[in-house]
Amino acid sequence: MPLNNETIIEKIRSQFGDQILSAEEPYGMLTVTVKNDVNLKVLTFLHDSEELSFRFLTDLTGVHYPDKKGEELCVVYHLHNLVENVRMRIKIYVPIEKPDVYTATGLFSGANWMERETYDFYGINFVGHPDLKRVLNVDEMDYFPMRKEFPLEDQTRVDKDDEMFGR
Amino acid sequence: MARPVRFNLNVKDFTDRGINQIEMPEGHMGEGFFATSLDKVVGLARKNSLWPLPFATSCCGIEFMATMGSHYDLSRFGSERVGFSPRQCDLLMVMGTIAKKMGPVVRQVYLQMAEPRWVMAVGACASSGGIFDTYSVLQGIDQVIPVDIYVPGCPPRPEAIIDGFLKIQDLAGDESLRRRNSEKYQALMTSYGIE
Repeated sequence: MPLNNETIIEKIRSQFGDQILSAEEPYGMLTVTVKNDVNLKVLTFLHDSEELSFRFLTDLTGVHYPDKKGEELCVVYHLHNLVENVRMRIKIYVPIEKPDVYTATGLFSGANWMERETYDFYGINFVGHPDLKRVLNVDEMDYFPMRKEFPLEDQTRVDKDDEMFGR
Repeated sequence: MARPVRFNLNVKDFTDRGINQIEMPEGHMGEGFFATSLDKVVGLARKNSLWPLPFATSCCGIEFMATMGSHYDLSRFGSERVGFSPRQCDLLMVMGTIAKKMGPVVRQVYLQMAEPRWVMAVGACASSGGIFDTYSVLQGIDQVIPVDIYVPGCPPRPEAIIDGFLKIQDLAGDESLRRRNSEKYQALMTSYGIE
């Protein structure tokens, strides 16, 4: 029997109950939002379960929702079951004041650079990451550029010569 | 049928046009001697054998490849030899977007070049950041190293690059031998934090 979204969500619910905040299927892809302190437990369950076996982490990234109070930052995990060719998403939300998330590097080695990148651009603090430092931007950067907290053109910048651009 | 061998029977006569040679510097000439200032001789030698170091990161680099190719042929101007070690080269040609993370690398390459050295910023990105008005791109390489000539364009055509190169040749040819020891030059270097 092929693995379908109903079976997956049923198994997750029976294991975690009310830790699962919501489950939906935008464009047919199962998206499960879980509490932010159980992200690793859910990922481990999906990875280790013989039937589910989501053993490939396709992508890990962040999203910033400046209007959602208390859950401004989102971490998205894209998982892939390579045997059944089924994909799904896990989402967790954390407050911007304390963006602590347990690292998935113990489970997926590929999460190492992806978590560093997410830290680099969104400032999410992956607790337990072996080497959490910037990977793409310059080390001296003291802000997180992908957060939606900057005007379209940064008025504080001094490195642009206004004279040349008629501003 | 075998392809007939053709000979060029209409050889053009270039003798009256002459071969374009480097003009002689001003000086005194008599039988068996020619006297001029050392500045001019050194300038003449430098300007006609500039060794460019291409620092090509994007599309301007492609235009530079065309410039070096047979059609535009930068080697007509005495820079046949493109060096790939900064220690051998006189002219740093920065072509393309320089990200902030690449800035220290450009600077390191510049520092490794021996004096006298010239720098040419080719294209909008190297000159000013170009369209990349963003947090990750250096807004012009003159933020990290001094630049002699800016070539505008996005990307500039090979003719424009050659034009910029000729401007560099003018600078190199007319440069005083004392310039690099002058206080003004030292002040310029100090303003970039280079000793």
